[in-house]
Amino acid sequence: MRGVGRITRRDFIVAGAATGAGFLLGVQLAGCRRSRAGVPPTSFRPSAWLEVSASGSVTIWVAKSEMGQGVWGALPAIVADEMDAVWEQLRVKQADTDPVYGSQWTAGSSSVRGSWEELRRAGAAAREMLVAAAASAWGVPPTTCRTQDGMVVHPSSGRRAGYGELAVRASSVPVPKRPRLKSQEQFRLVGKRLPRPDIPAKVDGSAVFGLDVRVAGMLVAVVARPPVIGGRVRRFDASRAASMRGVRGVVELQPISTSRPVSIRVPGGVAVVADSTWAAVQARDALDIEWDDGPNANLTSAGIDQLFEQSLGNAGEDIERKGDAIAAMRAAPVVRQAIYRVPFLAQTPPEPLNATAHVHGDRCEVWAPTQDPAATQQAIASVLRLRPDSVAVHVPFLGGGFGRRLETDMPVEAALVSRGIGAPVQVFWTREDDLAHGFYRPAAQHRLRAGLSAAGALLGWEHRIVGPTVASQKDPANRDKAGEYRYGGALIPYAADDVLVDYVPADPGVPLGWWRSVEVSSTTFAIESFVDELAVAAKQDPVAFRLALLGRQPRLRAVLQLAAQRAEWGQKLPRGRGRGVAVCSMRGSSIAQVADVTVATDGTVRVPRVVCAVDCGTVVNPGQVEAQMEGGITFGASAAVLSEITLAAGRITQSNWQDYPVLRVDEAPVVEVHIVPSDEPPSGIGETPVPPIAPAIANAIFSATGARVRRLPISKADLRPA
Amino acid sequence: MPAGIALSVNGQVRVVETSTDTPLLWVLRDTLALTGTKYGCGIGICGMCTVHIDGVATRSCILPVSAVVGRHVTTIEGLAPPGSAHPLQRAWIAEQVPQCGWCQPGQIMQAAALLAEHPHPTDAQINEAMQGVLCRCGTYQRIRRAIHRAASDAAGPPR
Repeated sequence: MRGVGRITRRDFIVAGAATGAGFLLGVQLAGCRRSRAGVPPTSFRPSAWLEVSASGSVTIWVAKSEMGQGVWGALPAIVADEMDAVWEQLRVKQADTDPVYGSQWTAGSSSVRGSWEELRRAGAAAREMLVAAAASAWGVPPTTCRTQDGMVVHPSSGRRAGYGELAVRASSVPVPKRPRLKSQEQFRLVGKRLPRPDIPAKVDGSAVFGLDVRVAGMLVAVVARPPVIGGRVRRFDASRAASMRGVRGVVELQPISTSRPVSIRVPGGVAVVADSTWAAVQARDALDIEWDDGPNANLTSAGIDQLFEQSLGNAGEDIERKGDAIAAMRAAPVVRQAIYRVPFLAQTPPEPLNATAHVHGDRCEVWAPTQDPAATQQAIASVLRLRPDSVAVHVPFLGGGFGRRLETDMPVEAALVSRGIGAPVQVFWTREDDLAHGFYRPAAQHRLRAGLSAAGALLGWEHRIVGPTVASQKDPANRDKAGEYRYGGALIPYAADDVLVDYVPADPGVPLGWWRSVEVSSTTFAIESFVDELAVAAKQDPVAFRLALLGRQPRLRAVLQLAAQRAEWGQKLPRGRGRGVAVCSMRGSSIAQVADVTVATDGTVRVPRVVCAVDCGTVVNPGQVEAQMEGGITFGASAAVLSEITLAAGRITQSNWQDYPVLRVDEAPVVEVHIVPSDEPPSGIGETPVPPIAPAIANAIFSATGARVRRLPISKADLRPA
Repeated sequence: MPAGIALSVNGQVRVVETSTDTPLLWVLRDTLALTGTKYGCGIGICGMCTVHIDGVATRSCILPVSAVVGRHVTTIEGLAPPGSAHPLQRAWIAEQVPQCGWCQPGQIMQAAALLAEHPHPTDAQINEAMQGVLCRCGTYQRIRRAIHRAASDAAGPPR
């Protein structure tokens, strides 16, 4: 078992100790690329992305957070392919937070598609420089040399030199501005099922995640936060907690809510700091805190539903207006309307939320399993009144993110507690803390109306969305409240001349955040369920009905046809079993899913099989595309079948995976993935599998039972035939 | 009450100073620096903290350290002898099972106990044994494949 670029705990600690210097070096790299203060180079570092040592080892820095989506495999493969490096000899390192890498924000299914061009250029530039170095040493034209397996070769003379031998000489070659990139048929690593370099350490326990970070002298803190959203500490007595064994002190945290310079929302409370995690958890239970519950003490899910109902009739803000949907429907022979409801959802990343910070003097060093290192840096700098470049952010592996780790609350709390207690501190969140103090996927109501011609053409499409939005809550100064519903998830791919999509704000004040696939998870459930209802109204097959309306969407048509064919769409199914379909275009990718369900006589829904077809442009690693489809479908199916966040008396009702369940091995679907070959640039795959699965399951339930699911999560009470 | 507690962990005797009610999970992670064992729920329902106690897969987050005195604790770090890999670990790499990786030590420890009992488990046996270990990334079908692969690998010649 030879690990590629394997990071051991020991490596990580060594790297962590040296990171102060590493951070500064990174900044220097931006302006002073090759030689530091006249010291002759001993290795070749043409950019921040890669280094070739004199011994020939190639190191590639990954500047996106590895949270399971496989950036440690995909991004180095892109660089290494263009430079013709040997995959098995690569070392992969996580980049610290540094503007030299551009955006390190890891979200929006953007890592591969957003880095593709730049990483290819970085690899190609290195290759050309190594070729130039060899050519000048040999006195031959560079065009007569080629590269393979980490070597430059000169075929006509038979000369060859390893990249390591050329490293010093290559360092004095000017960086080419427009290096020549490979054509698709020249790729040797892109498109292959390469093993991911982070996996060996993830099977022997040596991988270092945020909660595994150990800093000399580190203490552990847990925070008692207000149980009611928006509440605060009125008074507290920590004397009993402070007298407990292992307790080092308590730090009161004030609530913070700001959108400048970045979004920071910290609920405040009382942090207990101890020698060990268990001592801190025990001592927190011994705190005597009187809370001021604030204005939300009566907030309930029933009240929120009522707010949405009442808001449905208010004036909306246009998201899309084309033609005259109302007039078109008036003239249509058939008109249908339905209302769909989706709940608040939590991300529950498996690694509990945490961050480790060490504030010393006018500097802060942070180890944060974050999806947004730059926001972490800015948030801490702002709260501690430090310069951003005095805050060094190291990113260990993330045990899942799903959007929750885009928030800045975890590292900000850690920095405040570290400053308060005067020592390095790891703030640990129990699972109950995670569920109770989250940033939830917005609940929403969707009202859809459409007219149909006798042949099944859309004569008017109207979609009204009611609920809060993440984007407007995080930036209250923005007068456009429709927020993420403008990102595209509310726009239908189907042919319609007359469309009205609008949004009615209704924000009950539940803290909102990004949840894998964001608004598309909500809008696609409504749109794809409703299109299925329209197919029934038009007396057409759901696949044929969609295909007829997708004339201008060749990629979506192709995935729908492929999924239907592989799932044997139209096949007769046994009683109690149903098959449903849904499609979605998102982050440049097109996806279609066919879900099989069984519905037991007691209403228990199972999803034994899902067939998924995806077109995500050029595929860097087909095994990882499959992994994202398998995982995203299970993630979305969990939410559809099992999960919701509800409120009572201003508190989140759910507390752990017992009442916020997710699918287990015996319940999760077997997912079959088919990838459509493409020459287009890569597009997103992290989120795209999530939105179609809920409507595919709901539509399958209709085919099995005749009951139409219009509310998530699917409830047994809704499974009676309409 | 604080006490010096002698534990057998991965074949070594370790004496720890801790209160007897501290869950084994936190003794492993905080006192013995064996961070391969993971916290997920703290109430014994997600299985991410699974270790072996005398070979039996056990949730360490709800097990007081006093309960393992005189018994053998095995964690992911001690599943295979140093410098070698358990057939499950090789299979996990071959099938590229982990995504984020957080739950995988618990999955592997649970699977190792299954294979010890059923060297060639059926899908139904796998589902029954593994349903207590949650994976938020949805790697379940690869876990099933990897267990089957390890079952046939373990029967083959040693590597």
